[in-house]
Amino acid sequence: MSSERIKIAVYIVALVLAFSSNTFAAEKYSANECFEKFSRGTLKFNQALDKAIFKPVAKGYRALPVPIRTGSSNFIENLRSLLTFSNNILQGDLKGAGNTAGRFTINTTVGILGIFDPASKMGFEKKSREDFGQTLGVWGADSGCYFVLPVLGPTTARDTLGLVGNVFIDPVYHLTHGSETDLVVGNENVGEHNYYIYKGTDAVDFRSKNIESIDSLEKNSIDFYASVKSLYLQNRAQKISNSPIASKSQDDSDWEEIDNQ
Amino acid sequence: MKRIFASFLLVCLVSFSLQIKSFAYSTDPEKFITEIIDQAKLILNSGVSKEDKAKKLSVIALETVDVKGIGYYSLGKKRKELTPDQLKKYESLFEKYFLKSFTSRLTDYSDPKIAVLSAEIASEKYTIVKTMLLKTDKKPEVKIDWRVYTKDPNKPLIRDLIVEGLSLARTQKEEFASILSTNDNELNALFNKLEEFVNK
Repeated sequence: MSSERIKIAVYIVALVLAFSSNTFAAEKYSANECFEKFSRGTLKFNQALDKAIFKPVAKGYRALPVPIRTGSSNFIENLRSLLTFSNNILQGDLKGAGNTAGRFTINTTVGILGIFDPASKMGFEKKSREDFGQTLGVWGADSGCYFVLPVLGPTTARDTLGLVGNVFIDPVYHLTHGSETDLVVGNENVGEHNYYIYKGTDAVDFRSKNIESIDSLEKNSIDFYASVKSLYLQNRAQKISNSPIASKSQDDSDWEEIDNQ
Repeated sequence: MKRIFASFLLVCLVSFSLQIKSFAYSTDPEKFITEIIDQAKLILNSGVSKEDKAKKLSVIALETVDVKGIGYYSLGKKRKELTPDQLKKYESLFEKYFLKSFTSRLTDYSDPKIAVLSAEIASEKYTIVKTMLLKTDKKPEVKIDWRVYTKDPNKPLIRDLIVEGLSLARTQKEEFASILSTNDNELNALFNKLEEFVNK
């Protein structure tokens, strides 16, 4: 990483921390709106885009034979674990980093470039992904306000900075971009477009696994925008807390008033 | 003869409906959830129409879910501002909304395979029953935690489903809060949305 990139990364982190408060624990499930009208409009635009492009592609992907889908999903997951590893280290989670590194080594070699997942059978547990937005959360940064990005979907100020931060610490990005990494690879075959194919396949794989659940959410919500916001914020809080027991991250106090009536 | 037949039919119908309603669920939260899942599976795998499935699932829901409690929770602090008449209207509307939403989500699944994994006492009032919706060719496995309210140990009730760490009750509460906040905190706006959903 060049010194200029490091400077930018440090600046981003400083910016987030400067604007963050220490209210994360109390406010972890909520975030103020940045510009709700715009976000509601963007969500509708994203839904239309999804209906026209992403959902049909995901349905087509789902029609592929199971071994092909499983293999490509494993391959992508293996590559994605490199970004998780960087974030494990930044979060000071050395045990997690060891597990991620172990999985990557085994699956890349024995698992033939990650197409198979022998690591899980060898006791290296498959854990959830980590990203730089989560790392900022672990460092104590508040989520900041909530908004919806075109195509990319729901996010917060912290997670948007996290998206930018991911670029600096994602080894796959560096393998496919930039001159330093070309030296490592030793040829020009690993082009930038491979990075976008990898990202696109990851998105299609995710969408194909969630066709029914997203349909059901759309059908059963009386305010779809609010449902998406709530689920997004809960999901991020859950991922940042890394709580092995999901239910423990839920707050009993919300029910107290009803119990004591 | 007609009268005898009509009486017999009535007795059959009453006893059948009582039989459905009087299913004695276990007081042990893990067994309680196992029984609910088994009953729901039987209904979802049966050859009856989607509407009939929804009716039967509604009977189970009314017996095992704290619908009134979830309704109050979903309304948040706004509940304190309601007049008794408004509260009565809300309770009735919420029940209809909840049952429609609940059964609609469930009837989308045919032959679901759910494994009950374990139960954990979270507090005096709550036990979390952990289950797993098993992986299929199309969908990944999904962790579902059932938040069981055990204040009355003889009558456990479901208060929330936590799907992969995401609370459905909280999502609903935030949905209601959003509708109120985008409509100048006007209760009728929420009533209208609920009615719209129930009638669609």
